Amino acid sequence: MQTTLPKQPVTRPAPRLVPTQPVTLTINGTPHQLQLAPWTSLLDALREYAHLTGTKKGCDHGQCGACTVLVNGKRINSCLTLAVMKEGDDIQTIEGLATGDPANPENLHPMQRAFIEHDAYQCGYCTPGQICSAVGLMNEGHAKSRSDIQELMSGNICRCGAYPHITDAIQEVMQQTPKNA
Amino acid sequence: MSNYIGKPLSRVDGVAKVTGKAKYAAEFDAPDLAYGYVVSSTITKGRITHIDTSEALSLPGVLSVITHENRPKIAWLDMSYKDQDAPPGSPFRPLRDNKISYSGQPIALVVAETFELARYAASLIRVDYREAPHETNLDTNLHRARKPKSGLASLLKPPPPKPRGNFDEVYAASSAKVEGRYSHSPEHHNPMEMFASTVVYEKDDKLTIYDKTQGAQNSQLYVTQAFNMSFSDVRVISPFVGGAFGSGLRPQYQLFLAVMAARELKRSVRVTLTRQQMFTFGHRPATIQNIALGADSTGKINAIYHDAVGETSQFEDYTEIVPTWSPMIYPAENVTLDYKIVPLDVFTPLDMRAPGGVTGVPAIETAIDEMAYELGIDPLELRLINYSDRNMAEDKPFSSKELRECFRQGAERFGWAKRNPQPGSMRDGRNLIGWGMSTGMWDANQMPARAEAVLTVNGKLRVTSATADIGTGTYTIMTQIAADTLGMPIEDVMFKLGDSDMPLAPIEGGSWTAATVGSAVKVVCEELGKKLFKLAQKVPGSPLAKAKWEDVEFADKHIRLKQNPVAAVSLQQAVDQNGGAAVWQKSTSLPAMMKQKNYARAAHSAVFVEVMVDEDLGTIRVTRAVSAIAGGKILNPKTARSQIIGGMVWGISKALEEESVMDHSIGRFMNHSLAEYHVPVNADIHDLDVIFVEEHDEIVNPLGVKGLGEIGIVGMPAAIANAVFHATGKRIRELPITLDKIL
Amino acid sequence: MNSFSYSRPDNVNAAVSEISGQKQAKFIAGGTNLLDLMKENVEHPHHLIDINHLPPGFIDELPEGGLRLGALVTNADTAYHELVKKNYPLLSMAILAGASPQLRNMATNGGNLFQRTRCYYFYDTATPCNKREPGSGCGALTGYNRIHAILGTASSGDTPQCIATHPSDMCVALRALDAVVRVSGPNGERTVPIADFHRLPGDEPQRDNTIEPDELVTAIDLPQEHFNTHYTYLKLRDRASYAFALVSVAVALRLDEGGQIAEARIALGGVAHKPWRNPAAEALLTGKTAGETLFRQVAEQLLDGAQGYGNNTFKIELAKRAIVRALELAYAGSTQADDAYNQEDIL
Repeated sequence: MQTTLPKQPVTRPAPRLVPTQPVTLTINGTPHQLQLAPWTSLLDALREYAHLTGTKKGCDHGQCGACTVLVNGKRINSCLTLAVMKEGDDIQTIEGLATGDPANPENLHPMQRAFIEHDAYQCGYCTPGQICSAVGLMNEGHAKSRSDIQELMSGNICRCGAYPHITDAIQEVMQQTPKNA
Repeated sequence: MSNYIGKPLSRVDGVAKVTGKAKYAAEFDAPDLAYGYVVSSTITKGRITHIDTSEALSLPGVLSVITHENRPKIAWLDMSYKDQDAPPGSPFRPLRDNKISYSGQPIALVVAETFELARYAASLIRVDYREAPHETNLDTNLHRARKPKSGLASLLKPPPPKPRGNFDEVYAASSAKVEGRYSHSPEHHNPMEMFASTVVYEKDDKLTIYDKTQGAQNSQLYVTQAFNMSFSDVRVISPFVGGAFGSGLRPQYQLFLAVMAARELKRSVRVTLTRQQMFTFGHRPATIQNIALGADSTGKINAIYHDAVGETSQFEDYTEIVPTWSPMIYPAENVTLDYKIVPLDVFTPLDMRAPGGVTGVPAIETAIDEMAYELGIDPLELRLINYSDRNMAEDKPFSSKELRECFRQGAERFGWAKRNPQPGSMRDGRNLIGWGMSTGMWDANQMPARAEAVLTVNGKLRVTSATADIGTGTYTIMTQIAADTLGMPIEDVMFKLGDSDMPLAPIEGGSWTAATVGSAVKVVCEELGKKLFKLAQKVPGSPLAKAKWEDVEFADKHIRLKQNPVAAVSLQQAVDQNGGAAVWQKSTSLPAMMKQKNYARAAHSAVFVEVMVDEDLGTIRVTRAVSAIAGGKILNPKTARSQIIGGMVWGISKALEEESVMDHSIGRFMNHSLAEYHVPVNADIHDLDVIFVEEHDEIVNPLGVKGLGEIGIVGMPAAIANAVFHATGKRIRELPITLDKIL
Repeated sequence: MNSFSYSRPDNVNAAVSEISGQKQAKFIAGGTNLLDLMKENVEHPHHLIDINHLPPGFIDELPEGGLRLGALVTNADTAYHELVKKNYPLLSMAILAGASPQLRNMATNGGNLFQRTRCYYFYDTATPCNKREPGSGCGALTGYNRIHAILGTASSGDTPQCIATHPSDMCVALRALDAVVRVSGPNGERTVPIADFHRLPGDEPQRDNTIEPDELVTAIDLPQEHFNTHYTYLKLRDRASYAFALVSVAVALRLDEGGQIAEARIALGGVAHKPWRNPAAEALLTGKTAGETLFRQVAEQLLDGAQGYGNNTFKIELAKRAIVRALELAYAGSTQADDAYNQEDIL
């Protein structure tokens, strides 16, 4: 049986374009003045306008977690917020986690080092989101057990299936981090 | 010699991956970059009668809308669209004409100054269609099943062997019999990175293309042929690939569209597909299989019937090896196999992690479990009774097969001996516990490949080959091989891949890359070593001046006498003899066919799984699993373990979660998002254990490796399905096993 | 996604008066559902009013007892708030069963009330959908409807216009707790009991709720009754986390000293166009103690009139079993025992 297909939506607005405006985003402590229309997501602003491509687009619909960044220390999906809404906020991306030259392993964030040590990735595409999410998880302080980590990291899909190693890496960093840190 | 092979080295590309510096196809920039957005067909079959792009084109900043009506001329012959992995048939050509062959088919490309504008303009394209009736349901079209056409691809995917013995007669007389129908839904690869091509328009109309692919040279070949360009004008680069699992074995349509737009506009263009559009090209085909097994009272399986029908498109005959796995694992004397396909109004299926293997093996391994219950023999015991060192599909001995040892070590680690065979006999509160097992198997192939090695004037080694690293660890293991061959510290060795300008390598698939490219890297480093040896002999007062090649070894950045390591010349001294130039070598590695042809070559696994099934609610959890792998030499236990763990996660996904569900009334996949196409999340994955069983093999290739990309998944689905049966007494032959099938 | 303009008012009155003047304007808070739907061309507002800069909402105890949840407080801050964890653990549990940590950090309490269905057809503009395009038909009715409604779809045998379900977990708990929603509009403030907030599809499946486009949710009030000892939120889905419910059950019980059930609340998610309750079924429990037969009887009553449409027919039996299990867990005073193993403390 063939279902009748609908005509194009009738409620669609007449085509028009809202002009761009200057938007200042503070990314990894540095102000970036960008020229954006309201429809630019934070994710696209990072990747296409600020040219910080460490933050990944895996679905653009909040269904994979590859775009996870930290805003004011909290992990969010950058694909489901508008850049213009984050003016004045402190945005941290994967590029801002290491201090100084990342070629020196000493400069890497402990979570980055743990991901390398535990081979907590394969293709690497979900990795920046996993690491930002893991840092956010530690900031939140709600994970008390391995199964808590697993549940609270379930917003980051890894199609390569590196989950056991991701959990190992996070568990190790949590164990090394003083409770009151 | 240095000693990196066999060591659990961290990935050499690790820092790039954890800092966001690793760049994927959509992440390369160009000053004149424009953005393309694909418009997809909303119908499944028919014709476009009218396409109105005026509203889209009226927006300032929209550069072009390319449709079948205004597209530039493209190559005429089917031949020009055949990539290295094209099945027999007529490859799909985007925007060829007004014909719609499947739901989601690309019908226009909008190009604009920004991504957001292109996306908006795409929503303004108005399309009128004349619909035709479609057929997308394999189950209701089985009567149309036919033999596939043969072509180049048939070399790697031969049809099943002819019948052996007399199945009907022996089966009829068998004292134990099982019969079953096994099926699974289509699945989509869904790598985390969505398909993208960034086409940089260079001067003199040359193109530099950053493409998501498992073969940069395959994409290059496709573009040069489809657009009648010369190889020197098209360079394809793909240093990092955000997962592929087979989806990058063929160029996808965003590549074609991005190249077309760049050439038309004479500027750089990027096209990225949406997650929804990731469901509009190749997929693992829905397949329906029938199996009948006959055994005598001792458990010896003497009759096997195994048939399979898979879906394909109306334009290409995609095939897999499905029933042939039965006689590859079990040495029955009476075997009848059959394989057919049904053309449907869908896109051509595409190899997806262990294509055919993780279709056929789970079916036969579930049937074997059924036979074990029929006979009252432990499933592991039954497999040992029917163990074979010969592959009866080809009637050749295996070059090596340590499966027996996999069974032993896996069973011991898992605690299989403590299993009570009675279904439903083990529980923890409201959870029924089930233990199941399966054999896994995958081909160990080797292809020809080339590599280049250069020792620079400052003593660094740079090795290249146009292969890919889709997360498999290619960068790392090739660096290890090169470092060991020339006795260098790993910090002084750099391996590069993913560039069509590099020496020839095949598409990265079939678990053959370690064997194929690894052998080429070994050969080229050895031959570079010979050149360096000759230079070392010219060093004034060289202690090697009279030495023979057989007398020396490479270690600690030196060439030295095996018998007298103090007699050494440093690699730096050798290079310094080359008149201020680097020392360069390019070599080819070919499989030793004369040596290999008398043997069947494969990796094997034994998989043991525990599931917990809620007795009322039907929820299933894989609480632990052990995979014992016989995969030849393990180059890097750390990345190797990741490969197998990943395969096991895929096995859990295939057994319990993953399916692309089509509404056949409209011929469209409806769960086309990562919210509704379920793959495991972290909380789904519990205790996964990997054992690498020692396996020595000098026949498969000079390195003795068998490849690990696929063997991890093959045994999992049946082990899980068998564990579910053990827990619940319910035999589910239709994957995935979702909770509604347990209720 | 179409182009739209953007504003950031700093007080409720300004926000309400701004939206009153613009027919195709929408409020945006967390944005997690709205931007998703805009990218799918399902929603196309001309103008977005960012309400994140209105006076921030708090979680405050109400003078007469109970708790007020600010509309702009995020789902995460609500679920982990000490007073919510202590007094309304059912709500905390339901929120944490939904979405992902990232989404819960973005999504607000007010926004969650307006979360739209996950129906495949609603999301796919290539297919018919009466909710998205009234009059175009319902693709799910004869199509793929695994995640669709089994209750409240049609009265007396009429062909339903829509079999979509409400996707929120939070709202299922709110329904069990008899929350009250506070709304500001051009005519001032009003309160809406949660039972009247969401609606059944009827002849207007395009309307998810009873709130006018120019009204703004400012807070959700939880009544004094806590149900903080015998409760559970049981969610069944196709994977362990980060998936929408096939069926979910929120149970809140108040027991008397003898262990008899003094009051029972049962709300179902994933089965209807709104969180589902049935007072007659709840009444069966009053004055009783636990019993499998009784619980099954309650489940049968709750699913009275349920209808399957093919792929989703299994939900009828699944819901009944889930209700029995949730009642058992709540009565026993245990919570959803999801991870009995692997619970070693890591810190």
